Amino acid sequence: MTEALLTVRNLSVDFHTARGTVHAVRNASWSVNRGETLAILGESGSGKSVSASAVMNLLDIPPAEVVSGEILFEGKDLLKVSYEEHRALNGKRIAMIFQDPLGHLNPVYTVGWQIVEMMTAHGRPANKARARALELVTRVGIPDPEKALKKYPHEFSGGQRQRLMIAMALMLKPDILIADEPTTALDVTIQAEVLALLKELQAETGMGLVLITHDLGVVAEIADRVVVMSQGEIVEEGSVREVYHHPRHPYTRKLIGAAPGKGEIKQPATDAPALLEVRELAKSYGKFTALKDASFTLSRGQSLAVVGESGSGKSTLARTILRLEKADSGKALWKGKDLITMSPRELLSVRREIQMVFQDPTQSLNPRMSVYQLISEGWDIHRLMPDRKARRRRVDELLEQVGLLPEHAERYPHQFSGGQRQRIAIARALALEPELIICDEAVSALDVSVQAQVMALLDGLRKKFGISYLFIAHDLGVVRDFADMVLVMKSGEIVEGGPTEKVFNAPEHPYTRRLLAANLDPDPDVQAQRRQMAATAPS
Amino acid sequence: MIGLIGQRAIASLASLVVLMVMVFFLSRLTGDPAALFLPIDATEEMKQQFRTLHGLDRPVLEQFVMYVWDVLRLDFGESLRRARPAIDVVLEAYAWTLPLALITMALVVVAAIVLGAIAAFNVGGIIDRGISVVSLIGASAPDFWIAIVAIVLFAINLGWLPTSGVGTPWHWIMPVAVLFIRPFGLIVQVVRGSMLSALAAPYVKTARAKGVKNRPIIFVHTLRNAMLPVITVIGDQAAALLNGAVIVETIFGFPGIGKLMIDSILQRDFNVVMAAILVTAVAIFIMNILIDIAYSILDPRIRQ
Amino acid sequence: MTDISQTNASPAELRGAPALLAMLWRDKFAFVSAVVLLIIIICALIGPVFLGDLAASQNLRGRNSPPFDLSRGWAFVLGGDSLGRPVLARLIVAAQSTMMVAAGAVFSAMTVGALFGLVAGYMGKNVSQLVMRLADVIMSFPSLLLAVVVLYLLGPSVPNMILVLAITRIPIYLRTTRAEVLEVRERMFVQAAVVMGASHWRIIFRHILPIIAPTLVTIATLDFAFVMLAESSLSFLGIGIQPPNITWGLMVSQGRPYLNTAWWLAFWPGLMIVITALSLNLLSNWMRVALDPAQRWRLESRKTGHD
Repeated sequence: MTEALLTVRNLSVDFHTARGTVHAVRNASWSVNRGETLAILGESGSGKSVSASAVMNLLDIPPAEVVSGEILFEGKDLLKVSYEEHRALNGKRIAMIFQDPLGHLNPVYTVGWQIVEMMTAHGRPANKARARALELVTRVGIPDPEKALKKYPHEFSGGQRQRLMIAMALMLKPDILIADEPTTALDVTIQAEVLALLKELQAETGMGLVLITHDLGVVAEIADRVVVMSQGEIVEEGSVREVYHHPRHPYTRKLIGAAPGKGEIKQPATDAPALLEVRELAKSYGKFTALKDASFTLSRGQSLAVVGESGSGKSTLARTILRLEKADSGKALWKGKDLITMSPRELLSVRREIQMVFQDPTQSLNPRMSVYQLISEGWDIHRLMPDRKARRRRVDELLEQVGLLPEHAERYPHQFSGGQRQRIAIARALALEPELIICDEAVSALDVSVQAQVMALLDGLRKKFGISYLFIAHDLGVVRDFADMVLVMKSGEIVEGGPTEKVFNAPEHPYTRRLLAANLDPDPDVQAQRRQMAATAPS
Repeated sequence: MIGLIGQRAIASLASLVVLMVMVFFLSRLTGDPAALFLPIDATEEMKQQFRTLHGLDRPVLEQFVMYVWDVLRLDFGESLRRARPAIDVVLEAYAWTLPLALITMALVVVAAIVLGAIAAFNVGGIIDRGISVVSLIGASAPDFWIAIVAIVLFAINLGWLPTSGVGTPWHWIMPVAVLFIRPFGLIVQVVRGSMLSALAAPYVKTARAKGVKNRPIIFVHTLRNAMLPVITVIGDQAAALLNGAVIVETIFGFPGIGKLMIDSILQRDFNVVMAAILVTAVAIFIMNILIDIAYSILDPRIRQ
Repeated sequence: MTDISQTNASPAELRGAPALLAMLWRDKFAFVSAVVLLIIIICALIGPVFLGDLAASQNLRGRNSPPFDLSRGWAFVLGGDSLGRPVLARLIVAAQSTMMVAAGAVFSAMTVGALFGLVAGYMGKNVSQLVMRLADVIMSFPSLLLAVVVLYLLGPSVPNMILVLAITRIPIYLRTTRAEVLEVRERMFVQAAVVMGASHWRIIFRHILPIIAPTLVTIATLDFAFVMLAESSLSFLGIGIQPPNITWGLMVSQGRPYLNTAWWLAFWPGLMIVITALSLNLLSNWMRVALDPAQRWRLESRKTGHD
């Protein structure tokens, strides 16, 4: 193999923080060539973006320090070249796009100006740059490109902004494009479109692509080779298929094992009585219809999942049922009694029976309360368990049930990791012995491996206590593994509903089909097969 | 934009009306002008005559209706003390306060932005520390005390500057310098902070990844974003100066609106007080509009 | 497979007062400020009891005696005033009125402002609008004018000074509290409490107030300096505290006619104001970080290493 275009060799980077030195990256080596896609896969805190930042000279020094290693681009060590020389390469030979295009575009300049700047910053004439910008913005599929160039970043949708970022990155036909979690903030259908666009553009220009991601599905869809990072070290590397089918390192195995969407699909119990019946529930904000005539039934012991993309109304559904929002019309019958019109007194007793677990445990736990206070607050509210000793015992018990230790009771939320915090939130919900737990994206903020643990915990609780779930999520894999019934929502409407097996294996509504097709499978062979089918299928 | 100005105009007018009504009635409660304006041995008859002449003998409500009627015809009445139209007295004083406020503010803005930006680039450096010391002391020192110490030092001991009054450019140096300190300390901190957060913003990373040179990154990409919070603070501080600097004007014998206001209050020269409130309110309103316009020019997100 | 939940969370840290004190000790500027303020508070509390007579005793031989001259005793170390009263003793006695006015005004403004702010932020739009417009009017009212009006109507005294200054400072607390409540009430842990069935009372006092209290305390510290400066300005202009009561601002004012001959009369009380305000500013800066859990780690000990 000849010398690669870009090679990172034995790179070590430290971060000097107030709490001591963190070895962000240790001895990392990877390389990428033109026409090739390398994925850098890792969970949060794995140091997956650090080496790319070093390539782009984006590390803030201090606190960062490059301890050792070299970054060779066309044989030249980028760690040794002058600032000016490095600047001249940035954007021109190596370009980069980022996760959050809204934050990464300057809010006070037009996107046209920012795209053009990519060329003028490298001494190209402005009129040429404008022509090229127009051409590229058209190419990435922005409607009305002339006008779009005169608009500001906040006037576009998330997907469009990422397309504009891509257009900007390609202005000078770079040899290498580094994409740092480019689709993480996007809905699955938009993610599929953006990944497809990246792939096409790579084929057209022959650039090398470095894709930093936490998502096995993205790797399977787009990458040729993958390096897996954990705690600052590269634990595994190889072709995507090889790594997926024959992982050698235990961490890789754990990661692949944790990827959702492979288990057996559950069958709903047939004869259970209805617990929650929602009838034509509607809610709108001014002209915007957030929820339109939603109807469904949740039986006792069931796990009903509501899936949909952002803005589909799935959270509004949960919030109106819980009376966090006032419904415009419709009914939500809890064991036959309407929650929407219930008196405050009745509602209080129902509030004990329905609990909720929120998306972000960092925010759903009061930072000034200890774990003990958090878990026992429900008892205070509902005047239960007056005996302090009994409370103490019960808190210990609950902590053990969710996989924490009794001595954690005196600590505060910020002393725990994200997964542990979600366990605390679950313990808090369990304290009131609810019959229904509503999970609003309860695991989507967590890393895949932690996600799998929390899902296993929720599933175990269902088996043990017969708790029912209303499970709101956008991740189809998680839903497939967990739920026995699924509702699909789009633009405030339930477009399809039924047993999980039926919805996943024989979807009726075109939107469901689109959603399922856009959902990336971690298995590269499955993804390749799907692509082939999509290419041959009559459209 | 027009809608925004209109909204602001209505809000300002409403609070101005409330303010003037309150001032009108409250100022009538602070004592009898007749007792203050006439010699101590004035007879009750003379006092009565004085009251009749100025309409002070009628019921307060009637006085108010008359006053409103006059104001609507842009007649603010006479200054009791000076026997001249109140609005003339006020405008004359404002002609001193306005340049004082503008000169001070211009110096503050330039100095605060330049030094704040320099401090942001050298976080923890000597300039940064020096600026934070100066701004802390500026925020902690009472202006009357600084003025007095300055007079002792520069006028009495060194004899470089005149102690008070107006007339030569030298007379302006101490008032401007004393007024400068507090807004400078405040704004320089805001500039530093917002410059720091703008420099850490993700779009700066993008610009660096694009290969944009350092100078445009600072002056094109960050400065404009960093100015947004600064403008708000500049507006607040300018409003305070346009209200007249009572202390500084009193100590330095500067014939501005602040001194006029406190003198008129103490002398119960109601018409002047009311006219002064109105004129300062108009000045602050105009300045707020200018701030709004500057804001919407800098930030496209405000425009819709 | 190691379960993440079995790895221990970071060791329990000190909480409450001891932790705060330890953190204060680590920031030398803030520590010195706190000590200075403590001394001033002690002087203000017990000074007048011991020095009241001394501060009022006129001594015609000591008229305008210069500072740093110990021949007349320690009380005259900072000089004597125009009636021959020792400046140092008067400074200590004046500390009481100065502190009392500022503390009273800040405390009442904070209580009233925070209460209205909580109501305005937590209740619906209409209540909120009404309270906010009221705050706007108070804000647009020239505070000097208000001071003069109130002090003329009620007579200049310590309680009336407190009243005037408190009224003008209420909007600061009201606005801050309301803005914070609007933000905090949308946070997920408040929603979580609602879902659990928590009453309004519990949500406001158990979930919202503890979150915004540190901000209020930080502002109050800064505001204390501001109110002190405002009181001294009013007293300086002759419309605030009246003799024989004394505050530092009044002392500056009384020393002004003697600027040519006895600069120390106006200098020392002014310096006291600067030192106090500076300490408050430094302490407030420290509190802003120390009381915010998200920023607190910056001040915490470095011995724990990374995690």
